[in-house]
Amino acid sequence: MADNPNPDFEETTETAPKKKGFKRRAFLIGGIAVVGGGLFGISIADSNAAKTAASLTQGKGEHLFATWLKIADDDRITIYSPHTDIGQGSNTGLAQMLAEELDAAWEKVKLVSAPAELPFANTGLGRGFLGEISGYPGVINGIPQSFLSFLARSMNLQITGGSTALRFTGQVTFQRVGAAVRLALIEVAAKRLGVQPSELMTADSKVIHAQSGKSLRYGELASEAATLSLDNEPQLKDPKNYKLMRTSVPRLDLPAKVDGSAQYGMDFTIPGMRVATIMAAPVRGGKLTSVDVAPAMAVKGVEKVIKLDTAVAVVGKGYWAALSGLRALTPQFSDGGNGGFSSTSIFKAYDDLIAKGEPDGEAGEGDVLAALGAKPVEAKYQVPFLHHAMMEPFALTAHHQDGKLNIWGGMQDPLASKMKAVEVSGLDADAVTFHPMLIGGSFGRRLPMYMEIVEQVTKLAMQLPYPVKLIWSREEEVAQGAYRPQSAARLRGQVGSDGKIAAYLNDYAQTESAEAETTFIYDLPVVARRNYDYASNQITGAWRSVNSTQQGFYNESFIDELAHAAKVDPVEFRRRHLKPGSRHLAVLDEVAKRSGWGTPTAEGVGRGVAIVESFKTIVAHVIEARLKEDGTPKVLKVTTVVDAGSIVNPDAAAAQIEGGTIMGLSSAIGEAITIEKGAVQQTNLTDYPILQLADAPIQHDIHFLNSGAPMGGIGEPGVPPAAPALANALFAATGKRVRQLPILAQAKA
Amino acid sequence: MAIELTVNGKAVSIDAEPDTPLLWAIRENLALTGTKFGCGVAACGACSVHVNGEITRSCSVPVSEVAGKSVTTIEGLKAADGTLHKVQQAWIELQVPQCGYCQSGQIMAAVALINQTGSPSDAQIDDAMTNICRCGTYPRIRKAIHAATGKAAAAVQGDA
Repeated sequence: MADNPNPDFEETTETAPKKKGFKRRAFLIGGIAVVGGGLFGISIADSNAAKTAASLTQGKGEHLFATWLKIADDDRITIYSPHTDIGQGSNTGLAQMLAEELDAAWEKVKLVSAPAELPFANTGLGRGFLGEISGYPGVINGIPQSFLSFLARSMNLQITGGSTALRFTGQVTFQRVGAAVRLALIEVAAKRLGVQPSELMTADSKVIHAQSGKSLRYGELASEAATLSLDNEPQLKDPKNYKLMRTSVPRLDLPAKVDGSAQYGMDFTIPGMRVATIMAAPVRGGKLTSVDVAPAMAVKGVEKVIKLDTAVAVVGKGYWAALSGLRALTPQFSDGGNGGFSSTSIFKAYDDLIAKGEPDGEAGEGDVLAALGAKPVEAKYQVPFLHHAMMEPFALTAHHQDGKLNIWGGMQDPLASKMKAVEVSGLDADAVTFHPMLIGGSFGRRLPMYMEIVEQVTKLAMQLPYPVKLIWSREEEVAQGAYRPQSAARLRGQVGSDGKIAAYLNDYAQTESAEAETTFIYDLPVVARRNYDYASNQITGAWRSVNSTQQGFYNESFIDELAHAAKVDPVEFRRRHLKPGSRHLAVLDEVAKRSGWGTPTAEGVGRGVAIVESFKTIVAHVIEARLKEDGTPKVLKVTTVVDAGSIVNPDAAAAQIEGGTIMGLSSAIGEAITIEKGAVQQTNLTDYPILQLADAPIQHDIHFLNSGAPMGGIGEPGVPPAAPALANALFAATGKRVRQLPILAQAKA
Repeated sequence: MAIELTVNGKAVSIDAEPDTPLLWAIRENLALTGTKFGCGVAACGACSVHVNGEITRSCSVPVSEVAGKSVTTIEGLKAADGTLHKVQQAWIELQVPQCGYCQSGQIMAAVALINQTGSPSDAQIDDAMTNICRCGTYPRIRKAIHAATGKAAAAVQGDA
């Protein structure tokens, strides 16, 4: 944080932002917008940036529009995406959105990563984040505080996260770029054909004059159209005329992902490259105190041992040599005074804070303690740290030569990665290039707030005469994570004589307030959510759907407890507390109908419901599950109803919901990172069990309600209701309430 | 030391320490990067290849043990004319991959299962498909295996 790349801006990372703070951010992000060229089209704002963008992208016979789009004389269309497709299909969706408004011939559309350079900073995302200037008021509510604080500190906006790609970049920028470029192409065609623009139509990358039967290809019009200034507020299509959007076009990236040709950061290679692997202090906050390098140097193929402040790295001819060398070492690390932290000590601290009753933040309405009365329903919930377990461990290659530093690999914000390398290397920004590559999963782990791999590989490259690829072993990944926070909650509720909740209090302790990323959907007269902040030595980060996972688990489990206390069916009980006519109620009713809620289940099978809104999307799951003989849960069937406002690619969206549900179930059933003496106890995927195919739901029915509300996210919202729906199903099956995750640890205890 | 084996039908000689896992010999010595590193302890299956037709987690087999044997990687599944294997086709048809990183291993495991069983049942799929996918593509993997075997049967009928 010492190196604030934007010194005009004070850092406000700790507390929830006040309205005033937003305005300031808006202005500064507006500053990016000027650098990046207003809504689009750097040609309008900054000719130097325009030249840079063109030089980075434009080849002979190719014409760049608004930095994000290139049309070639032969009709090929290239779209530059500022997002990293982590596997969620967002780049296909973005291409659909732009191509739809452009009336482009889909088979000639290609999408590539935008260069990690400032002219390609994502202004649409900045605007989307900031309701005040985007024309989408309220969008900020769905954004994690961590992203906002990152924005506040940085101009390097090329981030993928917060389920934002389609709803912000897509709607705010790409659809408008497509529409504006289409108008420019029509303008040129009208001139050439000597007709009015209103007489022309577009389809399949052609401008057509129906009356005369004449048409002009986009490729023929592009060079002249690229010289026109673009309409900043073009008319967008009526959704009923969509041809590409709202259809399940196959994803553009899949052919390379089934034949082994897709190149991830792990796969990068360059002549002369060596491979390094690393071990950081097992206790977070510790430092490397000493290491005898001789045993590593004795391993064949090892070339160098490099000591960093907090880690030791071994460089070898290949990964095996480097790993063998590292394993031969017995490095000594300090614990930074953090040896006293354990999962138990952290939960104890949480309990004490909640018992003390002096929250760090509070939201809600009414005098909750008075309304709770003397004998509320009360329950304590606990969840552990969670590891992201992206399948591709961190791997970046860096090469410092002739005063230039090049880095290749996949991060969730390539531009911020570049700027981090600039900071660490001390080189000028012009001398550092980050080359974005495919990412083998991320789920929040590759966000810019905690990318020590960039720092490490930069430090290695700056002192090596050859290119070096730094690979984290899975052991390092598991032990050095930026985990979903360990968290605990004490919930209290009072049900009135009318069978409705009279008061509801959620006291929860973790690293920081969850308020920015969570939405409490129930309409209650008296409700409070109070956060108690406590930091251990672990880094807590954004884990797919961020705080919505644990808060969804707490609230949707406890609502079930209150329903039980009130002796009311869980769906009916929820209905009572949702506003009539609301989207939430529509989703709940639909999932009840489609799941056969209320019909009998097989012997030993329970049915549970949960509904969570996250990132402006409402998802309800009904899960049918039973306990296996060994006490572990078996999920038999999931019925899901989603209201994301509208959907760009139904099949790709369904895939996100399927996968999100499984990730939620996996974490609920088996996953936990536990701490002892300040260090992570888990060592690899052998003791961090991730759900396998045999335990995934055999049947998953997914339905989208297209309410027409502003578009919500789709990559994350499937996760949060999974754990509580499962826990509620197990309660229905067994009468035993799950209040600690993971379930497996409880079953074995 | 040089170790001789066959990879994707071609005789190769690999100059590596004998204890080097087959995975790294494939990736670094042969530059076949479709086979992935995920955990290094045979827990995730991202490194799955076929050794003499048997599904094998290559991160945990020393290259010396594979001397003289025949290895097939994801790059070796396509027909000589570039036609994708029916399992690869089914993977695209069902839009299975998300991040895609584990899918080489998943496909190799599925091909081995189909080679062994012809048309696997759900229970056989449950037992054999133990590779980890963090994106949660399991339901589509199951469907794609069924589709690949169904399609094979249909093709046989069509030829008759």
